[in-house]
Amino acid sequence: MGRVGVTAPPRAVTAPAVGEGAGRRLLDRLDPHAWWLFPLPVVVFCAFIALFPVGYTLYLSVHHWISTDVVRFVGFRNYWQDVFTSPAFYRAAGLTAYFSVVALGIQMVLGVAIAVVINRGFPGKGLVRTIYLFPMMATPVAVAMIWMMMYNPTSGVLNYLLEAVGLPPQLWLSDRRSVIPALILLDTWQWTPLVVLITLAGLAALPLEPFESALIDGATPAQVFRYVTLPLLRPTLVVAALFRSIDLLKTFDIIYATTGGGPGTASQTLNLFIYQTSFRDNLFGQGAAMVTIFVALVLGVALIFGRFRRAAGDLA
Amino acid sequence: MRRALRWAGFYAFIAFTWVPIFFVFYWMVATSVKTFLQNASIPPLLFPWWGFEPTAENWTAMFAETEFWGTAWNSLVVAAGCTALALGLGIPCAYGVARWRYRGLAASLLLLRIAPGVVFLVPWFILFTKLGWVDSYRALILTHAIVSLPLVTWLLVGFFEDLPRDLDDAARVDGCSVYDHFWRIALPLVKPGLITAAILSFIASWNNFLFSLILAQSRTRTLPVILLNYMSFEATQWGKLAAASTVVTLPVLLLTLLVQRHIISGLTTGAVKG
Repeated sequence: MGRVGVTAPPRAVTAPAVGEGAGRRLLDRLDPHAWWLFPLPVVVFCAFIALFPVGYTLYLSVHHWISTDVVRFVGFRNYWQDVFTSPAFYRAAGLTAYFSVVALGIQMVLGVAIAVVINRGFPGKGLVRTIYLFPMMATPVAVAMIWMMMYNPTSGVLNYLLEAVGLPPQLWLSDRRSVIPALILLDTWQWTPLVVLITLAGLAALPLEPFESALIDGATPAQVFRYVTLPLLRPTLVVAALFRSIDLLKTFDIIYATTGGGPGTASQTLNLFIYQTSFRDNLFGQGAAMVTIFVALVLGVALIFGRFRRAAGDLA
Repeated sequence: MRRALRWAGFYAFIAFTWVPIFFVFYWMVATSVKTFLQNASIPPLLFPWWGFEPTAENWTAMFAETEFWGTAWNSLVVAAGCTALALGLGIPCAYGVARWRYRGLAASLLLLRIAPGVVFLVPWFILFTKLGWVDSYRALILTHAIVSLPLVTWLLVGFFEDLPRDLDDAARVDGCSVYDHFWRIALPLVKPGLITAAILSFIASWNNFLFSLILAQSRTRTLPVILLNYMSFEATQWGKLAAASTVVTLPVLLLTLLVQRHIISGLTTGAVKG
């Protein structure tokens, strides 16, 4: 539809519906311009606060930054030395992938399983959904602090509970090998409910007929889930996986608050690595090159899911 | 009988999923009412009055600090300012996107939701240092709004799109301008959406850690940042840290109760209704 066609108001044939005087006349004059005036503030704001930083990051990424006034052009050296041939970058990327892929898998399976089980009408359904909102809305840093206490290898409550049921105590965040699984557990506690609630919303929107015909055909509950629910639910699951994977790749607060990337560099994911390169080591140029590649990776993942979602939408 | 058993099993399953959720929040509060020694106890003291007497000393110590009140005030000002800004920009934009179908604009806002925060951080830091804005409310409000804006806009686009088209046509026949339609017809109808958007935006800013960590210094430090400071002393005051964590988390949970219905569409920038 044409923008002008929609916006051009039929000039008031009768008296103006509401209001009088100069303010009224100004509004009438502005009316044909409404189509660009409404979104204008956001465009201006984004240009200043979002577009400028992106441009500046690209600029920084091909410079060696010494101070705000002393900047030396180095071409693609930052990209070559600190990204493509840097073992530290690959290690951080590997950790990010490890953390994100495992957490995504666990949260999706767990979330869908819980949603499928509780997907029925029952007294107290609203309350259940509300409780599930709490972990993901709670301040991440505050939650991370509490988990840090619970993870304490000597006085922490988790080791106490483990020993109470006869399992060996763990070093949790203090050991190179267990730190990422411990962070995954924390993130899973916080974000599995989102998968549950998205899946519940998806289940509620499904048509009833396929389920009825499956039952008439004598399908077992497992078969109904595998051949009816899951395919119908695919677009919803792709959306859930999309938002989870983007936020998992970007995870910062809980890692910074609990381990700061440690022990050593055992939980230094890309986001932490970039942050520390820029603000601890003050290597703005190198950090900018890394962040450019990082954004490209995150966008790539988003695009894959976007394409996947379109395909899933066509199927459904 | 079988039916009753099945329902019992069902509710048991729900209770089972609730245990970890509640335990973490319980531990937060329980830690805050234990003394320093009680928090270091091995084995840990699980229940009040059954191993330890709850104490208010962490809470009184925290409330006695002017630093705590200043920080809480900073959090409040920044979150309120960020919400006002995000709504002021986002409402007209959402109306525009819903009315004139600006796909490109909507997609750019989705990109904002996707982009990692670190990509903005260094340029902001340099820019705000030059402007002398580091450690000012201005810098925090502007940057926090970048998280709230996509959330507010996408949520409200959904609400505006759900308005019946007939209303608009009828209004125009009556000589109603776009502004009249926006201000007198559409806005009052999307009120639930506005409230949800405001609260989600407030929570997003209240919880924000990364931007405040860099752009706030001694004067404008917010609560999530100060939590980390409580830890950096030689022997961490776990009780006080837990009390502060409770204070940060509690308002968020209360606000969540108010807007539970639309939170999921907010968190998924409108990709999921419900």
